[in-house]
Amino acid sequence: MPKKKVVAMLLAGGQGSRLGVLTKSMAKPAVPFGGKYRIIDFPLSNCVNSDIDTVGVLTQYEPLALNAYLGSGQPWDLDRNNGGVFVLPPYVSGSSGSWYSGTANAVYQNIPFIEQYDPEYVLILSGDHIYKMNYAEMLRFHIKKNADATIAVLTVPMSEASRFGIMNTDDDDAIIEFEEKPKQPKSNKASMGIYIFSWSVLHSYLAADEKDITSQHDFGKNVIPALIRGGKRLYAYAFSGYWKDVGTIASLWEANMDLLGRRPAFNLYDKEWRIYSKSAVMPPHYAGEDSDIADSMLTEGCEVHGKVRKSVLYAGVKVGHGADIADSIVMHNAIIGDGAVIRKAIIGEGAVIGDNAVIGDVRTDGDGDYDTALTGDITLIANTVRVANGGRVPVGMIVKEDLGGAV
Amino acid sequence: MIENDAFGLIYTGDANMQLRELTFSRSVAAVQFGGRYRAIDFMLSDLVNTGITNVGLIAQRNYHSLMDHLESGKEWDLHRKRDGLFILPPFVTHDNTGVYKGTVDAIRSCRGYIRRSSQRYVVLTGSHTIYNCTYSDMLRQHIETGADITIMYNTEPPFDRAEQYDDLRLTLDDDGRITDLALNPSKTKVTNCSCDAFIMEKTLLEYLVEDAAAHAQFDFMRDVLVKNVNRLKMYGWRYDGYVARLNSISAYYRHNMDVLKKEVSDDLFNREHPIYTKVKDEVPAKYVGSGTAKNSVVADGCVIEGLVERSVLFRGVHIAPGAVVRNCIIMQASEIGDDSSLEYMILDKGVTVKSGRRLAGHSSYPVILRKGTVV
Repeated sequence: MPKKKVVAMLLAGGQGSRLGVLTKSMAKPAVPFGGKYRIIDFPLSNCVNSDIDTVGVLTQYEPLALNAYLGSGQPWDLDRNNGGVFVLPPYVSGSSGSWYSGTANAVYQNIPFIEQYDPEYVLILSGDHIYKMNYAEMLRFHIKKNADATIAVLTVPMSEASRFGIMNTDDDDAIIEFEEKPKQPKSNKASMGIYIFSWSVLHSYLAADEKDITSQHDFGKNVIPALIRGGKRLYAYAFSGYWKDVGTIASLWEANMDLLGRRPAFNLYDKEWRIYSKSAVMPPHYAGEDSDIADSMLTEGCEVHGKVRKSVLYAGVKVGHGADIADSIVMHNAIIGDGAVIRKAIIGEGAVIGDNAVIGDVRTDGDGDYDTALTGDITLIANTVRVANGGRVPVGMIVKEDLGGAV
Repeated sequence: MIENDAFGLIYTGDANMQLRELTFSRSVAAVQFGGRYRAIDFMLSDLVNTGITNVGLIAQRNYHSLMDHLESGKEWDLHRKRDGLFILPPFVTHDNTGVYKGTVDAIRSCRGYIRRSSQRYVVLTGSHTIYNCTYSDMLRQHIETGADITIMYNTEPPFDRAEQYDDLRLTLDDDGRITDLALNPSKTKVTNCSCDAFIMEKTLLEYLVEDAAAHAQFDFMRDVLVKNVNRLKMYGWRYDGYVARLNSISAYYRHNMDVLKKEVSDDLFNREHPIYTKVKDEVPAKYVGSGTAKNSVVADGCVIEGLVERSVLFRGVHIAPGAVVRNCIIMQASEIGDDSSLEYMILDKGVTVKSGRRLAGHSSYPVILRKGTVV
């Protein structure tokens, strides 16, 4: 097989348990985002736009949605004769074989996949971040520094640095120390979970890590510290631009809101750096005679007859007459009934909200005790759930099953 | 399956001068429709949704934008090893000058493709009649009646002279058999109008075009259909759904505006058999500031900062703050400057309207701005 300079390995194993019911039947990278995308579209599009055409997607949690979504890779131009996108689940070989026990182990188990292409470099990506990044520039930096490993870092506010893996560097951007969630951070260069390794170096460290029974087989916790201990050349590649971990309900909501406005925090309208996705086959959206839409994003297949403010409507959403939606995300093919009111909510794919239902209503004593640890003040309706006509869901509640009678 | 025993043959050489500026640089088949489609998307999707996987497309003139749109046919699932999409451009041979004398000549020039097609029946269509319908029932009727030729038709009041284009009127007896055909008749009372789709056995098509050509007759409708109405067993197959004939600029305008009606949109964009088109990977449409749209169809990639009413916006249109757009069709990537006002206009691709401009047509005469115009 012809040699590849770079092979990308995308860690898509995350269950994304903090996304609650949204990841009940799909891995986190398959979670929908921004009207017509899924989270994995961002790293995949970044790869293609950076001329990286060989991507292994490592997954072991609910792979169906992801597998069905990726298909042949054609929407990302990744249906190649040589290279392309491959879903790599764990497998049994002879009498051995096991689940992926960590991020490093997942790559270790797929060494034969990487070796097919005899690459010089391996790019490690995670499937839970929203950002646009040119990995080719990062690779140029890696080569220029003659590095063994390069870690993309983002400057975060010092006050938040203790939430991240922090890289302490010298004046030449060489990494001298790595601290996972330090209580007293010495720097504010946070790891973005994007690594470039020279393959020969990574190969030997993965093999060593696999033999270490005390290791958790994790890149951040084990492999990177081992490289530093081994005196390898590690460099921090500073990235400036929008980057968001959408691992929580609040951050997923915020990242969607970041798309709105005249000068959005995250601009998708960039013809030079398109984000590709598998498009639904639907007509353009229809704004009805009585609709009142402002400050929002709508995509194909939507049909709106009500009021929509500061919201993102995904493909195929129907909004009834007199409905009123604000500060919300309504995912694919959800139906919002006539007169329904939706406030700061995430409505899952295919959910049906009955006429005059109220989602995200002010909490009252009668609502009893429910857990808002995952949601805060965002109300979450799970995929395909039906809320009956006139139903009411107080702020921060997660609705996992049909609520009330007929819709 | 009978569906798989048919192949499609689409003639895209229509040269309807009444579409004026819209067809200066493209064939009728490539004319934009409904916010994100081109006419050909409907013909191809209708065939594919019928279960037909072998489609020949006869290109004649101005077919560059058509080729660009179709690529390998993969968006219609016609990028296949067995059969698929065959684009048949004109070519010059010892008995063919490359310039067709008419539809008969065009069909005859691809007789190699027709001969190699393994299916028994052919669904022959033009490229200026848009509808969302599968041909399964028509094919079934064709076989049951033992017809030589079956012509799809719908009810359409007679057109004005200026709107007539390949206006084939069918007179039927009680059994649905065609007793008379009239092409572009004046002052007709017949309301059965051909939808430009014909089914017959491929061997009959081969014979009819050879026979017509041998008699120096080159128009498929006039010389093959109309002249043979008493010689062949022709039946009509009635279609009751929405039909848009792109006969003229005003028809083009009217049918695009019809997409704003829910019943038309539900019919043309029936989720059971979707209309496929080339994917452009546009971002969703965005409403910014006080920008809003009412009673409008808005494609992805649009950014709306002004007011849009009763209009169809194709992909990537930008409406700047303060701009007011009413009763307009605005095609891909046009820029509408701030505080401008547009009414009853058709803007072709990539038109720029600078700030403060006031442009207006009339409901009876929408004004077209050619591709790339800067006002």
